[in-house]
Amino acid sequence: MSAEAVHVLNRLAFGPAPGDLARVQRLSIDGYIRQQLHPHTIPIPQAFSERVRSWPTLTMTPVELFMQYGPRRAPGAPKDPAAMKAARQRARVIVQEGVQARLYRAIEGPRQLQEVMTDFWFNHFNVFSGKGLDYLWTVAYEQEAIRPYTMGRFRDLLGATAKHPAMLFFLDNWLNTGVGTPGARGHFDGLNENYAREVMELHTLGVNGGYTQHDVTELARIFTGWGLAKPGAHFARRARPLGGRFFRPFFPAPIAPPAFEAVSPTGFFFDASRHDFGDKQFLGRTIRGRGIGEGEEALDILAHHPATARHLSFQLAQFFVADEPPPALVARLADSYQHSDGNIGAVLAALFASREFRDPACYGAKFKTPYQYVVSAVRALGIDPRNTRPLAGTLFLLGMPLYGCPTPDGYKNTQEAWLNPDGLMRRLSFATALGTGHLRLEQAPGWNDPELKLAMADSRPAPAPAMAAPDRDELARTLGNRFSHSTAQAVFAAPAQLQSALILGSPEFMRR
Amino acid sequence: MERREFLRNGLVLGAGGLLVLGPGGWAARAASTGPGNSPRLIVIFLRGAVDGLNVVVPHGDSVYYELRPNIAVPASQVLDLDGHFALSPALSALMPLWRDRTLAFVEACGSPDPTRSHFDAQDYMETGTPGVKTTSTGWMNRVLAELPAPHSPTQALNLGPTPPRILSGPQPVANLATGRAAAQPIALDRPLVNSSFARMYEGRDPLSAAFQEGVAARRRLLAELQQDMTVAAGGAPLPNQGFTQDATRLGQLMRRDPTIRLAFLALSGWDTHVNQGAASGQLANHLRPLGQGLITLIGAMGPAYRESVIVVISEFGRTVHENGNGGTDHGHANVMWVMGGPVRGGKVYGSWPGLGAEQLYQGRDLAVTTDFRAPLCSILGTHLKLSQDALGRVFPDYRGRGVQLLSA
Repeated sequence: MSAEAVHVLNRLAFGPAPGDLARVQRLSIDGYIRQQLHPHTIPIPQAFSERVRSWPTLTMTPVELFMQYGPRRAPGAPKDPAAMKAARQRARVIVQEGVQARLYRAIEGPRQLQEVMTDFWFNHFNVFSGKGLDYLWTVAYEQEAIRPYTMGRFRDLLGATAKHPAMLFFLDNWLNTGVGTPGARGHFDGLNENYAREVMELHTLGVNGGYTQHDVTELARIFTGWGLAKPGAHFARRARPLGGRFFRPFFPAPIAPPAFEAVSPTGFFFDASRHDFGDKQFLGRTIRGRGIGEGEEALDILAHHPATARHLSFQLAQFFVADEPPPALVARLADSYQHSDGNIGAVLAALFASREFRDPACYGAKFKTPYQYVVSAVRALGIDPRNTRPLAGTLFLLGMPLYGCPTPDGYKNTQEAWLNPDGLMRRLSFATALGTGHLRLEQAPGWNDPELKLAMADSRPAPAPAMAAPDRDELARTLGNRFSHSTAQAVFAAPAQLQSALILGSPEFMRR
Repeated sequence: MERREFLRNGLVLGAGGLLVLGPGGWAARAASTGPGNSPRLIVIFLRGAVDGLNVVVPHGDSVYYELRPNIAVPASQVLDLDGHFALSPALSALMPLWRDRTLAFVEACGSPDPTRSHFDAQDYMETGTPGVKTTSTGWMNRVLAELPAPHSPTQALNLGPTPPRILSGPQPVANLATGRAAAQPIALDRPLVNSSFARMYEGRDPLSAAFQEGVAARRRLLAELQQDMTVAAGGAPLPNQGFTQDATRLGQLMRRDPTIRLAFLALSGWDTHVNQGAASGQLANHLRPLGQGLITLIGAMGPAYRESVIVVISEFGRTVHENGNGGTDHGHANVMWVMGGPVRGGKVYGSWPGLGAEQLYQGRDLAVTTDFRAPLCSILGTHLKLSQDALGRVFPDYRGRGVQLLSA
């Protein structure tokens, strides 16, 4: 029982925190899985909610974020590089708060599977905070387009990501414009196939999903006009107030109907004047030209496609079971996807009940990503991470900065991607700093404290221990006390103050 | 050179593409600098598909200007190479290499696989087996297996936190962090911490192997880096800006440690779907520090440059037409950059397929006339002295090798 409890905590959660093993044993394995699959049945402590509420930018909409932190200047005013730099500096708080919130929720959140799936889907639909205006919107994207849909219908998740400004901007769809349409002008002068290609290759069908270059071009035509609304006071006379603010399309479109009602607080705006209204041939079907409905129809087709069922099932099985997932399991998961109308929770339930997932040979078979490693280490010690900077810095050094993956395929989760000599050296150094009480995680952050900046840069231990070294026996108990003979020997041979560090740096703890 | 003459030479010499490395020349130059018997290869991968047509500009081809009304690099601003091709002014830093004849380009070079997926195309270029997804090792790792002993823990160096596909495989590869972190001490450098973990990772499993390689490489590199910072840099601080900083460090390491045979680094930010600019703008702003960083790298390498080849590659080229947003979408052939002491430079190699509607691949992209493995085979054979059999193991399903190599 204990081995299986450790296994489900390693896969459905970011590893055991103090007391978790007993909790799983009390609920039973199946009871724990059931509970995690229904996160709303798990109560959230008040202190947890209050902490999350303490990051004000976390709940701001993309439009509000743009208004408050975006690069704004009066129309016609000259560019002021100094002012723009200052604005950009000010806006850094958005990603900083996002990083704090993400790590805090992953470490302390009781709805662990929800946090695990947020990591999974964010990578699946990756956007990069370093591209253009996405420094404003990447964190909001996680809150609005990923978190609410992690275990629901895949189609809802796909639609939410497709329309979010962070994705529209990241894969350039906001510029994608029908050739010769009334709204085509300036930089909005024709097709851009970036999103159309990646949504099929990465988000839905998979690279071998059977689409052609022609399908990419046709899908790009279908998505023409999917774009961003831009708040702008000087267009107030043309715009209607919505939520107390004013909006206009990014460029005024004289022939377009006054479609300002279509503007949502997320900032999505369908600009009919840039849409190609011709019929399209997409994946062997005719899509009748009619406007925004074409894109919805295309997303329906993609979400229900058997290639998508297979692609997503492979990804989930690779993430939860093994780097090379058993093909029979992938096929069964694809069936449950098809039979549940693409319900992610149903696929996960099938996965967690599967023989392959429960097989003891699968225990510890996955090498942790840097994110999983760092989060699980802090969880195992039961530390409340009031200061997440050393953790964010460690993730940077390990090649996995949060919101920092520049390519649309997101971070991988295989051993091949993450096991390397320098990376292991740095994991062990992090384990040493953390396991000897040298990381200042429990002190509230002061962003400009130079010592913290250092810690951020290289997770170097503070000169003197910032807290007591964690207790070896308690840590071992939290983790179920399952270590190989050679690990145990190495731990006992080490000086007492290093023993917890050695447990955190053990091969057993590198795996999940 | 007249275009016609170029074409003829390209076809005669090229027969599907070649790069002429002059062993005579390289031997002569190496001899003048002392023993130097450790040929090196540095590969720089531009991830995201750099727009090769705006790197080496076919300014002799009027179609180029017709198809790129907003983003063509104006003929008045390019740096002419041979009358038909010219370098982007953003890469002016490289012109001394061109005049020095240690810089060459291979035009219309790329992968025979038609994919326009960044990830598949990068994989194919790194495994060296286009179209085959099951290859588990990278071609640079396979090269390591063919190099003569003794093997050192730093025989191959990757700059960056995670090893790329191109270096993955059974041969040990050292990772060096980029930026400031590379030379900073970590807890594991402390003897007591190190020996405590060494007891835990003394086996032969993959984690133990990574640990042992990591400790060996770190010991060696850290000693070199700390010496570099005090001696070789003459007390001057490292320039603190991205690629230039890493290039300085890599160059100094390669100068000091002749056992480093292969090095790899990747640069991203080339996926210019939007607003890429022309002689100036977004792409030029990426090219400029790259050119300057290459010069910094070469300067820091010192005499080692004479026995080194540096290759700059990218997974595919971009559409010949500009798109609707002042950018370019995923295309096919690209240009390969090759520099180094042994290179017979000052020349654009390959055969130019032309930009006419009939000549474009699938009606939109520059066609591939030189398989990217052809120049690599030439470099590996002539420069790293790999035998034909060895080349067959490095690029297992490539048959085009052999004919291209000139041993002058």
